[in-house]
Amino acid sequence: MFGREFYIDPSRCIGCKSCMSACEECETHRGKSMINFDFIDRPERIATAAYVCFHCEDPTCAEVCPADAIKRGLDGIVQSALESRCIGCSNCVLACPFGIPKMQVAEEQMMKCDMCYDRSSTGKKPMCATVCPSQALTYVKPETIRRERREQPTNVFYFGNQRVTTKVFMMVPEDAGAVSVDVVDYMWEGRP
Amino acid sequence: MAKLPASLDRLAAEFGPHLNFTPAGGWTNESTHPVDRLVKTHCCFCGQQCGIQLKVRDNTVVGFEPWEEFPFNRGMLCPKGVKRYLQSGHPDRLLDPLMRTDQGFRKAGWDEALDFTARRLGELQAQHGKDAVAVYGGASLTTEKAYLMGKFARVALGTRHIDYNGRLCMVSAGTAYKPAFGVDRSPIPWSDIPRAQVLLVIGANVGECAPITTSYIWRCRDNGGKLIVVDPRMTPITRNADLYLPVRPGTDLVLLMGMLHIILRDGLEHRQFIAEHTVGFEEVAASAKPYDPRSVAERTGVPPEAIERAAHMFAKADRAIALHARGLEHHSKGVENCSAVINLCLATGHLGREGSGCAMITGQGNGQGGREHGQKCDQLPGQRSISDPAARAHVARVWGIAPEDIPQAGLSAAEIMEAIHRGEIKGLLSICFNPLVSLPDATYTREALEKLEFFGVIEFFLSETAQHADVVLAGSLQEEEEGVVCSTEGRVLHIQKAVDPPANARGDASIICDLARRLGKEKYFPYHSVREIFDELREASRGGIADYYGITYERIDEEMGVFWPCPSAEHPGTPRLFEGGISMHPDGKCRFLPTPWRESGDPVDADFPLYLTTGRVVSQYLSGTQTRRIGALVDQYPEPRVEIHPRLADSLGIAADEWVRVTTRRTEITLQASVVKTIRPDTVFIPYHWPGGRSANRLTHRTLDPRSKIPEFKVSACRLQKASAPGAAVPAGVR
Repeated sequence: MFGREFYIDPSRCIGCKSCMSACEECETHRGKSMINFDFIDRPERIATAAYVCFHCEDPTCAEVCPADAIKRGLDGIVQSALESRCIGCSNCVLACPFGIPKMQVAEEQMMKCDMCYDRSSTGKKPMCATVCPSQALTYVKPETIRRERREQPTNVFYFGNQRVTTKVFMMVPEDAGAVSVDVVDYMWEGRP
Repeated sequence: MAKLPASLDRLAAEFGPHLNFTPAGGWTNESTHPVDRLVKTHCCFCGQQCGIQLKVRDNTVVGFEPWEEFPFNRGMLCPKGVKRYLQSGHPDRLLDPLMRTDQGFRKAGWDEALDFTARRLGELQAQHGKDAVAVYGGASLTTEKAYLMGKFARVALGTRHIDYNGRLCMVSAGTAYKPAFGVDRSPIPWSDIPRAQVLLVIGANVGECAPITTSYIWRCRDNGGKLIVVDPRMTPITRNADLYLPVRPGTDLVLLMGMLHIILRDGLEHRQFIAEHTVGFEEVAASAKPYDPRSVAERTGVPPEAIERAAHMFAKADRAIALHARGLEHHSKGVENCSAVINLCLATGHLGREGSGCAMITGQGNGQGGREHGQKCDQLPGQRSISDPAARAHVARVWGIAPEDIPQAGLSAAEIMEAIHRGEIKGLLSICFNPLVSLPDATYTREALEKLEFFGVIEFFLSETAQHADVVLAGSLQEEEEGVVCSTEGRVLHIQKAVDPPANARGDASIICDLARRLGKEKYFPYHSVREIFDELREASRGGIADYYGITYERIDEEMGVFWPCPSAEHPGTPRLFEGGISMHPDGKCRFLPTPWRESGDPVDADFPLYLTTGRVVSQYLSGTQTRRIGALVDQYPEPRVEIHPRLADSLGIAADEWVRVTTRRTEITLQASVVKTIRPDTVFIPYHWPGGRSANRLTHRTLDPRSKIPEFKVSACRLQKASAPGAAVPAGVR
């Protein structure tokens, strides 16, 4: 929106959780952080990673929703489940290949990152990408990311045989291309 | 008597720390309503002094909005900055002066509290002499308040003894930089960092203690720069280090001398820079001879080839920057450690050019500005030496007193506590300082506080130290009073008053001036506004090293900060010092300074075979007076843990999350273990933000650097034992 896109580079993350603190300030889900944060393996290393929703072009969460509660707007933003429709079944939580949606038990509603819809729809940057001290989460124009970073953005992911294209970009090494997380993605057998 | 007036449980029930999780009015109701205004100001916490906009409604700070136009942080904030607004309207906030009773504290009126304070200070001075009372200040105060505290101590009280908690922060760096360059300030603006080809980060947990600086370091790497990290722990920035040197605690000096040895051995020194811009090279060069890589490796625990590589990377780069912080400074040879960094930069000609130099990363919010204008025991405004007759004459003229009426240098912060313990100092007035948590050897600090015949504090929350006070004057939060601060880059910034102090709390400056009036010194404290204090400060600093004369509130607002020195209204300020290699010494030369080796004041031996080092976590700030009251920050790292390498943990039969007793030559505390491979196996780490039985500073020792008087927080000898029950070793009544 407004010419800017969201980029995630976990290799820059310092684990400060500023994104989570700032996410709580979002007007659409006050007091609740929608950031997915991991200490990758704290006993072994310091690496951490923070993620927002990747906002898929064909959102798996919406495809599996029996109540048709999850909508993707023309701007590409996949919203939290509609309060009036969500039946709290958690299908989306189980199906999302990125593990993003969160079931709010008290509200019986799935909530997730909506890219600070109140902010990004009016030209502001999402909270997390604004405050992130390492800019592991950043929201800039594509030409800016190409000019300033060594890593390249990609928005094509393979999960087994599922190819997922997303609105949010992941920064990967220059020669990486698409991101795959499964050995089968590198195998000949079963390729479509 | 300054013993605790009530049980800790009772004090905690009344004064906290309680946790504030939600903005005023709750998350979903009132706090979503439109705000009255957005106030462009700066974070109240660390020395980065990030720009932030505070949302204000009904005289309360109810939230924040990033300030993306401010050039230093461009909207970025760490979690402390994001949640800072939750101290406004906090249930623990002191809303009235308090007087000690037999059962605790009672609310008092201002006249009673101030009259009592002035009377007791006066009585003690009449009976025991002017120097029987001391003043503690703090580096989170605005520069105006820091200036005022220095003037108050010397003019209103006439005591020699004023010092501040910056003594625990970066005085080693200042003490090294001033003789080397003639000035105590980081030589570079932070915009130089992305321009370097090599960054040497030594003793600086940037990711947690100066989080925004991370973005500068990553941008340096984006530009192709290489990162060298020197630390006993892999701190978060180490994940992208091109070279990591796991230095043994207390041996940084050996490592730096080893690097200098290699540079000189291989002829990589910058001979032209040394010849044209420095003095003292030969002596330092000769002193580096014994530091061959093999013996340096044995002493530091860093492989010789890694030391060789670091030296070559740093010296061969056209542009290189060395960044350092408390990890280098908190040593009984902290000054020598910093001098060794300076020597390395001088020898390689890395100074006075874009993308080249050395820089100390300030820890406290106004760590730089708070030490420039007379809050230090040995300095007058403008970074002037208190022993310099010309400096005394200038400041005396500004203050309207005789030069001989300015007391000579007094004791430093830790020494003041020792003089209290010895019974020499009997009265203390403290602001913005929580020594019971932040000074080493907390048991000793508590003993000293209990000996005070009068203890007055100016505070907004009742800190652990303030619990010992006879009178508590309810002061102001950072957002409740206007003023300036100086950030880590030497950029003077304008703190805006966003709200009034609540209820009967008052602005700190007016409290100090009222006390001065009661001490009969009203005519020296005639201010009607903070701006008048700043204007006097500008005049007092004029012609000094830290010259603020050309800086005004208006210029700061228009220019997004002004870098000092700025001697006139036309002067643009000085983002980068020593352009062209010219120092601020009269001869323009930089000084190589000798760095003789000294052992730690608390050496490891067979009984205490491990190194204990202390530091910070990203979600807490200093002694935690503010951040231990903010729910989200406490949740992020609720209790101090002791970090142990699995090799050490296995040898002691300790598993992750189990309880461990850590014993030093002072005492012992029991904490849960974090078993991680990111720390040297001969070293354990404990963050220091907590009081009582969880206090790392019960374990640390009181050895000071002989010149900077900084305590040696980064090296204590300790031993570990698996513990069966949490806190079993903590005496009753001490939490």
